[in-house]
Order: sequence, then C-alpha cells, then structure tokens
Amino acid sequence: MSFFIEVLVGGLLAGVMYSLVALGFVLIYKASGVFNYAQGSMVFFAALCFVSMIENGVDFWLAIAITITVMIVLAVLIERTVLRPLVNQSPIALFMATIGLAFVLEGASQIIWDSQPHLLELGIQDEPIAWLSQHASIYISRLDLFGAAVAGILVLVLAVFFHKTRIGRALRAVADDHQAALSIGIPLQHIWAIVWAVAGFVALVAGLMWGARTGVQYALTFVALKALPVLILGGFESISGAIVGGLIIGASEKLAEVYLGPYVGGGIESWFAYVIALLFLLVRPQGLFGEKIIDRV
Amino acid sequence: MGERAQQFGEVILAVESVSLAFGGVMALDDVSFDVREREIRAIIGPNGAGKSSMLNVINGVYHPQQGSITFKGLSRSDMEPHKAAKEGIARTFQNIALFKGMTVLDNVMTGRELKMRCNFLQQALWIGPARRDEIEHREVVEGIIEFLEIQAYRKVPVRQLPYGLQKRVDLARALAMEPSVLLLDEPMAGMSLEEKQSMCRFILDINGHYGTTIVLIEHDMGVVMDISDRVVVLDYGRKIGDGTPDQIRNSQAVIDAYLGVAR
Repeated sequence: MSFFIEVLVGGLLAGVMYSLVALGFVLIYKASGVFNYAQGSMVFFAALCFVSMIENGVDFWLAIAITITVMIVLAVLIERTVLRPLVNQSPIALFMATIGLAFVLEGASQIIWDSQPHLLELGIQDEPIAWLSQHASIYISRLDLFGAAVAGILVLVLAVFFHKTRIGRALRAVADDHQAALSIGIPLQHIWAIVWAVAGFVALVAGLMWGARTGVQYALTFVALKALPVLILGGFESISGAIVGGLIIGASEKLAEVYLGPYVGGGIESWFAYVIALLFLLVRPQGLFGEKIIDRV
Repeated sequence: MGERAQQFGEVILAVESVSLAFGGVMALDDVSFDVREREIRAIIGPNGAGKSSMLNVINGVYHPQQGSITFKGLSRSDMEPHKAAKEGIARTFQNIALFKGMTVLDNVMTGRELKMRCNFLQQALWIGPARRDEIEHREVVEGIIEFLEIQAYRKVPVRQLPYGLQKRVDLARALAMEPSVLLLDEPMAGMSLEEKQSMCRFILDINGHYGTTIVLIEHDMGVVMDISDRVVVLDYGRKIGDGTPDQIRNSQAVIDAYLGVAR
C-alpha cells in the first residue's frame, strides 16, 4: 500500500511540474487566443540566461531579478516586432509567427550563451525527505515538494490576477475580439506586453524547476511537449485546468508505468500521457474546464 | 424639425476634405461634413460608397491620406481606436464584435474599463476604492441594461443570444462608455421589421435621454429618413448630398445614385 501511495504522490508531484509549463501556454492563449509554440523555447531561454549568470558568480536573487527584467524586455520586443503587425489576423497567422519566434529564441540563446548542458543548483536536494522515508517508508523528493509549493503560490497569484482585477476582464476581452477591445479603449499593445511578460516569468519558474532536475540544456524545450496532453485535459483557457490536468497526467503515467508497464515490456511512461489526451479528445474535446463549444447553426 | 434644430449645440465633430485610398481604389474622395452636438447624423449610400470607411476614419482604425478630423476643437489626421475611445467616441459594429464567451453583464462592464479609477494593485487586493468603484460602475451598467431592456439576459453568455439581442448588447457596451459621440455601424442590418422598429426607438431614446450625439451608417433609406436630423449621402467615395431628410429625398443626384441613371 505504501508503495502505491509513493508512486501516486511521486506522479502527482511530477504532474505539478508539467502544470508549471502548461500555465505559460494558458496565459497567452487566454489573452490572445493563440497557441504559443515558443513557450518551450522561452523556458529554455530563461533558464539559460539565469544559469549563465549564476556560473559567472552573480548573486542568486540578483540573477532572478535580472532574468525577470530580461523576460519583460523580451515580452515588449515580441509585442513590438511580432504581434503588433499581426493585429486582427487569424489565430493561425499568429501561431505561425510563434513557430518562427521559437527558432529565433533557441538560436539566439545558443549564440549568446552556448549549447553546453549546465548544472543548476537551487540548494534543494533532489533526495527523499528523511522523515517520511523513516516513519512511513515513503520516498518523496524534496525538490518535487518544493516545486509543488511554488506552483501552488503561482496559481494563487494568477487566479487573483485574472478574476479579481479589471486587467483580467480586459484580458478576456482581448482574447475574444481584438477590434472590439480597441474600440472600448483597451490598449491592446499594453495588454499583450503584460501577458507575455507574465508568461515569461512563468517560463522562468518552470525553467528553474526543470533545470534543477535535468540540467539546463536544449532538451528543456521539449518539456513543452509534455504540457500538450495537460492542456488537452485541462482546457486551453483554464488555469485550474492546467493544474488538475497536470496532476492527472503525472499520476496516471507513473501508475501506468509501474502497474501496466510490466505487461507490455515497460517504457510506457513516455507516451501514456498522449494516449490519455487522445481519449479525452474523443470524449470531451474542450477539456475538463474549457469553455463549452456551442455553435449556432 | 425646426424646434428640434434649436437644441443642437456647437459643431462637435468636423470632417475636413478627407481622402482615403486602398492601393488604387479611392474609398473616400475629398469628403467634408460636420456633426453638431446632440443631433442624429446619418451617413447613407449604396454598397461600396465608403460609409464604413468614413466611420473607421473617425474612429481611428484607418488613417486618411489627406484631410483631418476635428473633434471637440482638436484637429488631427491620425487617431488610434483606443485613444478615440478615451476622448469620448464609442462605436458599434456591423458584424457584431462582442466578447462572445462573456456574459451580457461582463460585456457591458468592459465598456466601463476607461472609467475605472482604482489601480491594478488596489483591485487585486480589493482595498481602497476598489469595492466602491466596482459597485458604482455596476449601478451605471445595470441602468443601461434596463434602459435597453436586456435585464432578462444579464447572465447569459452573449454567444447564445439571437442576432437582434446581440446588436442591442453591442449598443449597451458602447453606451456604457458614456460617449459624447456614438458611432453606429449599420445598427439595423439583418434585422426583422419589429427589431428595426425597436432599434429606432432605442436610438431616439438614447439621443433624448442621454443627449448623446449619434452618427449612424445605414443602408435602409426609410429608417434613416425617419430618425435622422441631417443626412450625408456618399457615392463612390464622394459626397453627393448633405441636408435634412426632406432635402435629400428631393435631390436629383441622390435619386440617381440610388436608382441608377442612363449615362
């Protein structure tokens, strides 16, 4: 039984890490109705920027502050050069633009810094918590727990941002109709810059948590792929959906690996999430928390 | 109209020799007219006459190559939509541009965006004037919703409403901005006769009750003649008529444009 709990908790915590990445997608989708293909690259970019400074002896908090500033500047640049010329274009045009953006970011970050893997120490060991392993013989990583706490705080902050402030309402308005949003005096440009900056911040947090586990390297961009099934489960425009989706994906893929894996020769963890996503698409295409699609005929 | 004409104030909006071209196509060719405070001014013309372009120039969506717009005494040749909104120009859309996923109430509330005073932090923490702000604006919005008789649909996502009602929500959102000039882009397009009549009533009521200056584009001549104070007629981007509905009705140039003429 304790083994089952261990697998379950381990899976849930891993799921939170997926949610961290998925959150970045949700933010931008909510505000512009665009699937931001470059989110994975932003995670990589932010983590690499941060880790290079740490390696050059910059203080931890100073490095965080500088990286956040860099992400804000990046957001403003993206708004100016990519989004502004594409106002009122179809979502697919914006999506294509984000693909281009992904290549630019990946290339730029490897030119500015380098393409070597970097170790990232957050000062939290990726080791089981001693107290739990002794008393309940459950092995849970300290880093996982820390990641879950960070994600929790982040979600709380974002929830307040979206539901309690008029900026939240403005964001939803912008997502629904660019032209109408402009006509009632919402400055589209500012809103987009704000959202991309927030998404950049979320990317930094995700980059740090993932970087501490796998090292900061190009493969970090593929973390975004793991966020896809989470988004399909949770719905593209729901923050709580990203969290619940992440938990479900994380738990089910770990449980499947342990309990179903032996029957099919193992190694199912890497693709099981996509099977769940596929099943979900058949039954509930808008996701658990997505807005129901109603079409007038 | 004589009695009504005395209520009009100064010229609030003046369009001066505006020309707008898309590539080789002249959408507007040296068009000038003015709008006085509290009047209902219509812009009519056959398809492709440049009516919507005119509205988009006033609103700042398009920037004319020549000419200028004077609004409240300030002259300018290029404008941005969100700045126009700030200065008191609200508009509705021909193909309704509402926030479809949001409820009627939320849609109309977005119209108050510019009037909110408290800053973002105050609202996030729900301190300071945040609560009072929200309640105050909510009151205004409820008043408008009642005025346009859409109380029953306050909590319904706009997407689920029939066309005629969506048009009314669009109008409510514009009205929530308490604009000094309200631009209506074909408010009656695609409506049934009953819907047209109630829309006419609302337009007249808004003008009478809030004293809002209204500039409207319309296809349907009959409707326009009944509710407007003065009418501008456009054809192929040029102004071919300007005057009271009676003058327009008897203008040979206008009759030719609408009925066609042997050239």
